[in-house]
Amino acid sequence: MSIKFKPPIGKFSRINGKCISLVGDDIDTDRIIPARFLKCIDFDSLGKSVFDDDRKNLKGNHPFDLETNKGSSILIVNSNFGCGSSREHAPQALMRWGIKAIIGESFADIFYSNCIAIGIPCFTLPKESIKKIQQYLNVKNLFLEIDLFESTAKAEKFKFNLEIKETSKKMFLTGEWDATSKLLENMDLIENKLNNLPYLKFNTN
Amino acid sequence: MSQDTLFDKVWDLHKVANLSGGSDQILIGLHLIHEVTSPQAFGALKDKNLKVKFPQRTVATVDHIVPTDNQSRPFKDNLAEQMIDTLENNCIEHKIKFFNIGSGNQGIVHVVAPELGLTQPGMTIACGDSHTSTHGAFGSIAFGIGTSQVRDVLASQTIAMNKLKVRQIWCENKLSNGIYAKDLVLHIINQLGVKAGVGYAYEFAGPAISALSMEERMTICNMSIEGGARCGYINPDERTFSYMKDKLCSPQNENWEKAVKWWKSLESSDNCIYDDVFRLDASKVEPTITWGITPGQSIGVNQKIPSLNEMHPNDQFIAEEAFEYMGFKPGQSIKNTPIDVCFIGSCTNGRISDLRVAAQVLEHNKVAKNVKAFVVPGSEKVAKEAKEEGLDKIFIKAGFQWREPGCSMCLAMNSDKLIGNQVSASSSNRNFKGRQGSPTGRTLLMSPAMVAAASITGKVSDVRDFVNK
Repeated sequence: MSIKFKPPIGKFSRINGKCISLVGDDIDTDRIIPARFLKCIDFDSLGKSVFDDDRKNLKGNHPFDLETNKGSSILIVNSNFGCGSSREHAPQALMRWGIKAIIGESFADIFYSNCIAIGIPCFTLPKESIKKIQQYLNVKNLFLEIDLFESTAKAEKFKFNLEIKETSKKMFLTGEWDATSKLLENMDLIENKLNNLPYLKFNTN
Repeated sequence: MSQDTLFDKVWDLHKVANLSGGSDQILIGLHLIHEVTSPQAFGALKDKNLKVKFPQRTVATVDHIVPTDNQSRPFKDNLAEQMIDTLENNCIEHKIKFFNIGSGNQGIVHVVAPELGLTQPGMTIACGDSHTSTHGAFGSIAFGIGTSQVRDVLASQTIAMNKLKVRQIWCENKLSNGIYAKDLVLHIINQLGVKAGVGYAYEFAGPAISALSMEERMTICNMSIEGGARCGYINPDERTFSYMKDKLCSPQNENWEKAVKWWKSLESSDNCIYDDVFRLDASKVEPTITWGITPGQSIGVNQKIPSLNEMHPNDQFIAEEAFEYMGFKPGQSIKNTPIDVCFIGSCTNGRISDLRVAAQVLEHNKVAKNVKAFVVPGSEKVAKEAKEEGLDKIFIKAGFQWREPGCSMCLAMNSDKLIGNQVSASSSNRNFKGRQGSPTGRTLLMSPAMVAAASITGKVSDVRDFVNK
């Protein structure tokens, strides 16, 4: 019997977990979740399909299939990760596979905001640091303790100072990353703004 | 920080509040939805016991999953049928205007909204689709959002977002004969790279941009996201206004003059400040084609595929991956590469002017043996107009399949897919690995005219050999 996936809720300041490395620049959201899996009306079944094409091409040797990476929750990536399509199915699929945080050289804009909106913090590190972690992961498992408040990732032999947008960091520390209720608090301001939009005045039809 | 650009003016007009985390709460003037990225958002509303707050500010159509051969209902594909059915029900339940198949106004969301006059200067426009940047061609601030943000717009008509920086891309001189907007935007992405736009809105400007038609401008803004920029825009001008005049949802009668006056005030001011400016000479742009697996990996049709040591070290990693996937070798010519499939369509190049240009190349010519060629109009309106002009007959006579409107093989969510490692000449926007439906399929992005030329010869060709004769 499968257990229903529970997305994260509320504030959090720590993520501890095993790292999984995925080497490559410009890994787009079509690769993270090919379009054929977007034919769904919920996100529930996406976890198993993450990187489906890449995994099939690598016949069991893809990082997401390797036995040693089982149970990993911190994804280590390179540059411009998540470029292309705005499909939130991509971070949803990663999250349902087990990813709770991503550390990379850089992220595409829409992917980044999708991750924040569903509770996956994305951190950046310089190229050399990512390389160091990925090389280490080639030979050994690595468990990192991420402290959001301090913006650090620690292991026995490593300590990295992570970068994260201050706005994103605050959202996780206060639990306000699930934005809807926060936005709705300003309904008076919203209605006022909407009523004063010049173009709504001359769009009467 | 940018000041007094169109982006700043429109952003400030729509800014509702500073949120406690530091981002801005931004009002969305026009929200567009489709069947793929909205069902989970409606589901989330239900879970939170919320309603669509301003249903008249959201408009829906169906595009990604629609079959292009037989559109009768129920669709053969059960999952596709379930998705359109869900959208229909959500629109009825929440009283959202829905342009369904057969309405005469269905089509790719980024083709439909401009042709209906829904897209207007000075608006903020959001849609759960990265090519929402298309609408920036009218001087709106338009960007793609994810499903959680679709939920937020439905619930509150706002999203939380950090303000973008603004980079002006100044295009000097004019495009030469046989060179199109697609060539220019591919060239821009090649010059700046696929991630240079992260954190930026792109303002496209200069004589080469002013000289473009509205549909060509849409092609440029459409692909902003392929350069990493979530949003791209062009200051509105007389060409913008004359395109919009008398569209179904454009301001009418005495409101028209008021609207034009306001639209003119939105233009980036003479003394505005950009975060960055990038200049290029548009007269140097060649018919441009991608050879790799990102839209930035492109060359002129008569150039050779670059070798690793000609590239910036940061580009070598992905280039090696591209060589392996595409089967090209450094130093090889792209011209004469054999083509298996030709696709004309998509939100980038599926408009009437794209079809006209391609038909002009195809007239009195035949599609090469062994090439499968098909054309998918961007909307029901485009299809109707094309038929009235007899373009469908030109395509069919040349050997193209004439299909019904939709996104089709741009992302292959319907049955239009590459098979095995077929090579496609495609007027779409993404050449990512597996993008056109086969995990080993290969995509060469180019203008619709270049696709038409390739269909005739069965290999990558220089369209100027056809149009300049």
